[in-house]
Amino acid sequence: MIEILYNILFDYTLRTVALGAGVLGIVSGILGSYAVLRKQSLLGDTISHAALPGIALAFLFTGSKSVLLILTGAALAGWVATLLMISIIRTTRIKEDSALGLVLSVFFGFGLVLLTYIQKLPNATQAGLEKFLFGQAATLLAEDVLVMAILSLVILALVLLFWKEFKLLSFDEDFGATVGFPMRSIDILLTSLLVVAIVIGLQTVGVVLMSAMIVAPAAAARQWTNRLGIMIALSALFGAIAGIGGAIISSLTSKLPTGPTIVLCISAIVLLSLFLAPARGLVWQWIQQSRNRHNFHLDAVLLDLYALAQQHRDRLHGHHAAVLKTMNLKQSAVNRCLRELKTQGLVRQISRDLWGLTEAGLQQAESLANTQGGAA
Amino acid sequence: MTTPQLEIQLIAAVVAVACALPGVFLILRRMAMMSDAISHAILFGIVLAFFITEDITSPLLILGAALTGVLTVSLVEALHSTRLVREDAAIGLVFPVLFSIGVILISRYAGNVHLDTDAVLLGELAFAPFDRLYIGNYDIGPKSLYVMSAILLLNIVLIALFYKELKLASFDVGLSAALGFSPMLLHYGLMTQVSLTAVGAFDAVGSILVVALMIAPPATAYLLTSRLSLMLIFSSMIGIVSAISGYWLAHLLDVNIAGAMATMTGVIFVMTYLLAPRRGLIAVGRRKIRQRWQFAQRMLVVHLLHHLGLPEESQECHTGTVHQHLKWEKKFAGKVARMAEKEGLIFQKDGLLRLTDKGLETAQQAMM
Repeated sequence: MIEILYNILFDYTLRTVALGAGVLGIVSGILGSYAVLRKQSLLGDTISHAALPGIALAFLFTGSKSVLLILTGAALAGWVATLLMISIIRTTRIKEDSALGLVLSVFFGFGLVLLTYIQKLPNATQAGLEKFLFGQAATLLAEDVLVMAILSLVILALVLLFWKEFKLLSFDEDFGATVGFPMRSIDILLTSLLVVAIVIGLQTVGVVLMSAMIVAPAAAARQWTNRLGIMIALSALFGAIAGIGGAIISSLTSKLPTGPTIVLCISAIVLLSLFLAPARGLVWQWIQQSRNRHNFHLDAVLLDLYALAQQHRDRLHGHHAAVLKTMNLKQSAVNRCLRELKTQGLVRQISRDLWGLTEAGLQQAESLANTQGGAA
Repeated sequence: MTTPQLEIQLIAAVVAVACALPGVFLILRRMAMMSDAISHAILFGIVLAFFITEDITSPLLILGAALTGVLTVSLVEALHSTRLVREDAAIGLVFPVLFSIGVILISRYAGNVHLDTDAVLLGELAFAPFDRLYIGNYDIGPKSLYVMSAILLLNIVLIALFYKELKLASFDVGLSAALGFSPMLLHYGLMTQVSLTAVGAFDAVGSILVVALMIAPPATAYLLTSRLSLMLIFSSMIGIVSAISGYWLAHLLDVNIAGAMATMTGVIFVMTYLLAPRRGLIAVGRRKIRQRWQFAQRMLVVHLLHHLGLPEESQECHTGTVHQHLKWEKKFAGKVARMAEKEGLIFQKDGLLRLTDKGLETAQQAMM
């Protein structure tokens, strides 16, 4: 443990990679929240694949491998792909899913053509573009991380500046347009930020897995809260944990690629959230369901007793548990339910097998019978 | 053209058709992105099956990988059915996990075998003719040609057998369920078919081209026709054309064949998107312009009818002043009047615009 801490602080590679992955996790967590809320989870997949030809073209035209330049190329390609996709959806009857897949695969294919073309150029400096395919976090340099961090700060500032507008866009675009916000421009701004966020992560996790970094932190955060601010903060936190955690785990084990490890980390967080998140999580749902079922049994027994009581002059007269058992679908639970009703003060045990309603029980049963349309 | 060249093109064409056929139904059922998920996730299946069989050419590999495809679909369904995430998010969550596990397994345990992520993802069609199938000692051709032909045949047979059911389920899910065709069965059947095709194709062309060939040709065909049977035929033909032109593009530039083929599917799509006879951008644009002029002519004849034989007619319907009453630019009004005259809707007499019989009829129809 101390050794890990020591390494993070003093090992150049690990520190750089962990920082880079952390920054990437934060940015993709923030922008991913909007993407997931706006039902654009797979847009990230398309943008990241579509960035490939941009990377290759940036290199082809400038011959430089400067990170900023290549990221600009990637962002431009991702942006063009998004616009093309939107125009296909708007102007033809091709649906969103087809447009996404079409743009994704064609751009990626074209990117491959360019990459293989570059590889065959008689130019020694070309190697290294492949790292964008699967990501090679180990090749991150301190200045790369600096570029990533500055871009992230810009994104963060813009998100805070346009907080209200982006919120409106995510939840009620039509209302926003009605009260006079330029929703089209806001949409373009947010999508552009998403493109930049994706491009930031390409070098670390690669085009194929970047989509997971957009969807997963946001999907996990969504389970814990219904408030946008908290969701975005949580999403950024999850992204950062997965990024840094994945970087550390992969550095501790030999031959464990960073990108996939980060993706598995964030997926584990998603799984945990799906099960454990309060109110929405599956475990909580199960508990709630079994509690409902139990209450339903209690009510059923109480109502049965009430039905019996109505046939008797003395409403509080005792009846046999055996009779109640014949009336109830789940016979084994009757005794248990009676005992619990007794602790609630709704029934009283007259003798070993004889049970009757109390005054409180009678009132409760009457109101139940009324609300349930006289189930007895 | 050498024999390997011919063989590569043949394999590419067979792959293209085999992918295009199930692709049509993916597009129509709005599940195109499922092909992306499946083609990525089968990496996991291939790696797993490889560890079990230790033989990259084993048919078990195809089966194992196809099962992973179905597993992907079931996981997406399961995740979506919790109602905690939307379907698109569920797709985006599931396949990266399987793909990541696949990549990790490869880099940890299969470092020195013929199984690397690049080959799986990008494919290398150029090597396909070197892996031959022998009967006895007799060389009967490249192996992947036979594998893909078998898958193509299976796809054709399945679609022919269940054509009616697939058609119904693609266009009217409710009716098909009401008539007793299980939507689940059809869904998983189609997904198994997609997985099987993806696995077979992926060895030859890589997983991304599988997506391109499954989506782009059917999407292009969708712009050209509204008949399912024609859509199947068109997308097969578009697939073949992209495969062969892609091969020659790759040959010319000495680049990755799969990538070039994907690029060609894109080029053909963009050309169709612009030029398609009824749904292309240009056709739609021209139709919009024509409709604009037609509408203006209608306005004009209705205006003329409105004031027909009334005292103000000399003002309202005079060539010099009519544009003021219609609140039009004078030039625009002149052009509309000339067009309407050419169409035989109106004629000019003493500087007045008057309706012909045809114009009268058109105006009355427009008023109804």
